[in-house]
Amino acid sequence: MKLDSKIPEGPLAEKWTKHKFNLKLVNPANKRKYEVIVVGTGLAGASAAAALGELGYNVKAFCFQDSPRRAHSIAAQGGINAAKNYQNDGDSVYRLFYDTIKGGDYRAREANVYRLAETSVSIIDQCVAQGVPFAREYGGLLANRSFGGAQVSRTFYARGQTGQQLLLGAYGALNRQIANGKVTMYNRSEMLDVVVVDGKARGIITRDLLTGKIESYSAHAVLLCTGGYGNVFYLSTNAKGSNVTAAWRAHKKGALFGNPCFTQIHPTCIPVSGDHQSKLTLMSESLRNDGRVWVPKKAMPGLKGIDAMKLPEADRDYFLERKYPSFGNLVPRDVASRNAKIVCDEGRGVGSGLAVFLDFTDAIKRDGEATIRAKYGNLFDMYAQITGENPYKGPMMIYPAVHYTMGGLWVDYNLMTNIPGLYALGEANFSDHGANRLGASALMQGLADGYFVIPYTIGDYLANIGWADKIGTDHPAFKEAIQSSTDRMNKLVSIKGKKTVDEFHRQLGLTMWEYCGMSRSEQGLKKAKQIIQDIKKEFWTNVCVLGGNNELNQELEKANRVADFIELGELMVDDALARGESCGGHFREESQTPEGEALRKDDEYAFVSAWEFKGENQPEELHKEELRFENVKLTQRSYK
Amino acid sequence: MKIKLKVWRQKNKDTKGAFKTYNVDHASPDMSFLEMIDVLNTELIKKGEESIAFDHDCREGICGMCSLYINGHPHGPLQTTTCQLHMRTFKDGETITVEPWRAKAFPVIKDLVVDRTAFDRIQQAGGYVNVNTGGVPDANEIPIPKRIADEAFDAATCIGCGACVAACKNASAMLFVSAKVSQFALLPQGQVERKERAEKMVAQMDAEGFGSCTNTYACEAECPKGIKVANIARMNREYLGAMMTSYEGSTGGGGE
Repeated sequence: MKLDSKIPEGPLAEKWTKHKFNLKLVNPANKRKYEVIVVGTGLAGASAAAALGELGYNVKAFCFQDSPRRAHSIAAQGGINAAKNYQNDGDSVYRLFYDTIKGGDYRAREANVYRLAETSVSIIDQCVAQGVPFAREYGGLLANRSFGGAQVSRTFYARGQTGQQLLLGAYGALNRQIANGKVTMYNRSEMLDVVVVDGKARGIITRDLLTGKIESYSAHAVLLCTGGYGNVFYLSTNAKGSNVTAAWRAHKKGALFGNPCFTQIHPTCIPVSGDHQSKLTLMSESLRNDGRVWVPKKAMPGLKGIDAMKLPEADRDYFLERKYPSFGNLVPRDVASRNAKIVCDEGRGVGSGLAVFLDFTDAIKRDGEATIRAKYGNLFDMYAQITGENPYKGPMMIYPAVHYTMGGLWVDYNLMTNIPGLYALGEANFSDHGANRLGASALMQGLADGYFVIPYTIGDYLANIGWADKIGTDHPAFKEAIQSSTDRMNKLVSIKGKKTVDEFHRQLGLTMWEYCGMSRSEQGLKKAKQIIQDIKKEFWTNVCVLGGNNELNQELEKANRVADFIELGELMVDDALARGESCGGHFREESQTPEGEALRKDDEYAFVSAWEFKGENQPEELHKEELRFENVKLTQRSYK
Repeated sequence: MKIKLKVWRQKNKDTKGAFKTYNVDHASPDMSFLEMIDVLNTELIKKGEESIAFDHDCREGICGMCSLYINGHPHGPLQTTTCQLHMRTFKDGETITVEPWRAKAFPVIKDLVVDRTAFDRIQQAGGYVNVNTGGVPDANEIPIPKRIADEAFDAATCIGCGACVAACKNASAMLFVSAKVSQFALLPQGQVERKERAEKMVAQMDAEGFGSCTNTYACEAECPKGIKVANIARMNREYLGAMMTSYEGSTGGGGE
């Protein structure tokens, strides 16, 4: 299989402009003859559905939640990057591009990242026009804050709820198209399969979560905007319902999966409190603007709260400031996480032992409690609610947790997977963040893909195939897909084993965290592969799903998702094994510098892994898309 | 800690529900309320009984999907979402009553799951600014006083959970609707369609069967995001203003 990334020729800064001109257009009268399916209603999905509806296409949008407004983009806290240079601090499109490529440890495509930086400025304009209430200065202009991995202030924010405000903006735009009749919304519907006929994506199979009815929908193109797969770890900052099923089923229908092992472990999450833990909560990275990260110089098990406040400065190790004086507490996420793990592995962790302090004492002394409260009030409240401790009266405790997956379905420059007519947008694709995503860039990518990329690129595909090239749901391929999805659901409810879905999910998650988490080794990964294969075998013979297939059955929904997570977990392990270098969030113990930093091997691994499904229980085949860097020089990433 | 739970169980929307009592013997004060139900559900499944259905997703207090009427309060005794309510709030040995949201406009689907699509339909009626993607002015073109932006933001933080409706003896949705009307009434971007928006959203709210507001302020007291009843007053002004000026129907949703 030949991977064609379709990156346009020409100088970096002109690629997107030229490409847009070269793309075919669909004339306004013909747009209404096309149908497009959008799965997922987060930032990428809602913005794509709205933008395509505005253009005149007929859109069907699907979400598994009870309302499109619940999609997990809503939980993004810190902000959204844009190269506006409103602060006059030296920002530019090129600098945002450069920071993102470097932050991603040189494992992303230059052209994609440049386009992302270029469109970032339009996103802010669009959101403000929609009435998104961003933070403002007293003069009435927009405020910015700085974020990890950058030395300029380019992050726009709405207190600690930026994702919520942006998503509600996109939800509004989506609602407007629903009211206009251009988008038909299907809530509480979960995609189970994609239907491919003659090599093109023709529609999807869904399950109505209220009635259990398996349904089919056909269209000229299918957009998967279904988010990431962090929940493969069971504990993550993702929503409980976030899942890989749509992307995984597409993968099994032939779509390549790109860089599955690239996982982002976020450094500032609330530590695990016990075995009952069902999810982890992030504390926004923006807190690292004012909070200082430290542990005691000597091991002091159980240290916290007031006792920590009393510890003399001389006995504290502000390890990020010490090791990385120029970026300090604002090093990128992968670096901050790995260093927290290192000090905890040394036995210097605080609280339960798996935590480090995030201390605001100096910031409160400098700016006053009122200022800190105004900036981070809701985050401090959330911390107090979850831990029962007052973060104004003692340092917060944090520990890294799985937060985002840079990997995802492989797409070309047009955001199309290798299956014609099947697109992947936002976190669901692999494309823009390389091996590590910078803070405040996920929101940027989701909205760039939905508002400003897909409306152009999809037109080219649709104009080329023509509106008559559509297959109805009465085609045998749809009937077959309905049957196989129905069989799968029936199978899950008929096993009637002894272990609950959550027990399997926890077991998978612990395995992934232990062997395919912040630090990975060949030996550990090989062990993990065996464990995961055993989990899969046991799952399909011993899972217990009570209730039927034709009703609201939340255990069945979970079982269906966990079955896919298990298979994905194995592929992540394969990918981590195949990538014998360290880069960004992927840290192979065998590949580190003498100082213990990630050691990239550009000669061998400057490629995108794109995995092809070859049949049930068969090894997947690895394809490599070589990454060419024409504008940036590959250097060992340093934040010292 | 040990907890006794009285939970509303209802097979589906067409069958009659009833309370059922369960014991949770190993709850930890650090568990969230939903994690406590997770533990109970695992025990139920092990015993061959179907788990209790409830809505939840983000479990960090922002998606608005979790609900539950706990001991007579939406989202329980604290002013927070149920997913952020922790068992340390309750006493060892306490009996806790758990019901779904109760409102005609929020029919029960199963156990503790209700249908809140009425909220979506109200937003579809006008909860947005009619702008297409692209061709908008630079984000700093229109300065907005910080005080106004902050006030609009406060209104915009509504998570659409429906606690206000569940708290209200009339099952009124005024707090929810007024939060969106206020956000846009405050911001310059919302001015063009200000009157039309208030009118359409209120009309849809009434059509969905929500009750009237009688100023008990129960909604504000229970709102997990602290949305203020001042928004209701503002919406009343907006609505009255819209009705008193001669507003002629327009093309609506703003499409073709």
